[in-house]
Amino acid sequence: MKIIVCVKQVPDTAATMSVDNGVISWGDAPLIINPWDEYAVEAALNLVADQGGDVTALCLGKEGETEAIKHALAMGADTAVMISDPALKGVDNVAASRVLAAAIEKIGGADLVLFGQQSVDTDTGLLPVQVARILGWPSLTLVSKFENVAGDEGKIQVLRTMEEGGQIVDSPLPAVVSVTKDYAEPRYPSFMGIRKASKAEYPVWNLEDLGIAAPTASVSWPEIMEPEQKEIVTEIIPGDTPEEKAHNLVDKLIAEKVL
Amino acid sequence: MTKKILAYIDHFHGKVQSSSWEGLGLAAAIAADSGGEVAALVLGDEVGGVAETAFHYGADQVFLAEDPILKDFRPEPLADLVKQAAESYQPDLILFPTTTRGRTLAGMAAVDLNTGVMVDIIDLDWSGDKIVATRPIYAGKLLAKLVCSTTPQIITFRTRAFDKPEPDTGRSGSVTPLEVGLDPGAVATTIASIQEKAEGVSLSDASVIVSGGRGVALNPALEAPADLDEEAADIWKAGQGFALIKKLADVLGAAIGASRAAVDAGYIEYDHQVGQTGKVVTPDLYIACGVSGAIQHLAGMRSSKVIVAINKDPDAPIFNFARFGVVGDMHAILPPLTEALKTHLAG
Repeated sequence: MKIIVCVKQVPDTAATMSVDNGVISWGDAPLIINPWDEYAVEAALNLVADQGGDVTALCLGKEGETEAIKHALAMGADTAVMISDPALKGVDNVAASRVLAAAIEKIGGADLVLFGQQSVDTDTGLLPVQVARILGWPSLTLVSKFENVAGDEGKIQVLRTMEEGGQIVDSPLPAVVSVTKDYAEPRYPSFMGIRKASKAEYPVWNLEDLGIAAPTASVSWPEIMEPEQKEIVTEIIPGDTPEEKAHNLVDKLIAEKVL
Repeated sequence: MTKKILAYIDHFHGKVQSSSWEGLGLAAAIAADSGGEVAALVLGDEVGGVAETAFHYGADQVFLAEDPILKDFRPEPLADLVKQAAESYQPDLILFPTTTRGRTLAGMAAVDLNTGVMVDIIDLDWSGDKIVATRPIYAGKLLAKLVCSTTPQIITFRTRAFDKPEPDTGRSGSVTPLEVGLDPGAVATTIASIQEKAEGVSLSDASVIVSGGRGVALNPALEAPADLDEEAADIWKAGQGFALIKKLADVLGAAIGASRAAVDAGYIEYDHQVGQTGKVVTPDLYIACGVSGAIQHLAGMRSSKVIVAINKDPDAPIFNFARFGVVGDMHAILPPLTEALKTHLAG
């Protein structure tokens, strides 16, 4: 089974974000693989362990944004491809999806393309559905379980999450799947894995390599702001006993008209 | 000018995700300013009733496709119909609620209609030539203003960000049927079964959320059964803590939230996680019990209107974001708080 797992580099979720002269800054917080993508890598490695095959990590990013690929390789991905081109600055999610779809085709396709459910920076969660739509493959989003996987017969059964519960979906392959946190705890990279990843070489493709022109972005971000900090005056609820505190809190909530 | 607005009505087997009506309210507000019109898009099996209700919430027209093939959510045939409706109606703007289905169909529509999509919008300014949308990024740590240079503009809007209109049962309008024209075998995927979860208040819709953190397992008065190992005893204690939270939530008609620490420790399912790698919520009242207030959790709930923090550590960062703080053990505070609220609400 040939699996491509798309990964992205993002600032650590513990980072305090700010905007300096219109540019997003995360201070000295480390850059990491998008936490959601670790679940996709974990799923890819388990599927290949079960079915045979190989895992390619695919990353679209600026030159030098290697953390996501390195982490995927350290977890156990076999190979990696980086897509980077100065012309991709400011791409929106549709344009990024077109580039990823072109890269997937250049890699030679796959039985499965896996994504994390969304990235923790832009939080759109759209690339899995858009890449699927562009490739004309079924889109299976928010998957927490893979059942009855038969790579050789070209079919798969997954559990999809939605607001009202879950859907068991039978799908032919190839397909695009986004994996949720419910899937399984992702493995930590082993020492050997980290060493292997630090020495790994992988191709960096630009748009010319992909044979496509720079897709134009429809959506632009003219302004990025720090949210207005609400002035919060914290009132500590007085009381000598839990009962007194509880009653005093209820009185405050009534006065605040939130009940 | 944004004259023609198409609003997608998201539903599960005809049961509408109520944020869809917030979309119709937003559409009507834009149309009122531009002298425009609002069409609703209703796709499913036996969903004529949903179309009727869409008129009550402000649609002037409904595009309706009804077919057994559309009964269970499969994005591909639905996306085909969104495209068909858009090509027929030629809207300036298409609105979807940011639900799992709405997000998926909005993304596909952007590809099909060769345009862009602005996701999870919390504010919209349509006074100028171009719509300017505001959305949180980095789970609300920052805000971005977005514009889309192509039409139709596609937007998904966050639940509870826009007001739900009062339904007017006297309203009605014209229904335009869409041709489904698919063989049952024409859709690649099949739905083998559906696991519906027990009805409860969902985090995204909730106006009140009671949530628990690591503190749920730290009740000094509790002794776990002797046959449990340390981890199982911890989870058992947390179960007792969340039972107190549930009692309070039931009284308030609230949803139950949790911090990532509580989810990762196995105290409660991931579905309840609030924060940067969970759900971002904006209820009127957020009661955090035994939650310390890690930055990832704060990102997911700090926009709540009123935050109450109950924590025995007076230095917990959550207090800096709370309107009201109760310094004390949640296990001691919650039972009398639940009783007092029950009495108040009954009166």
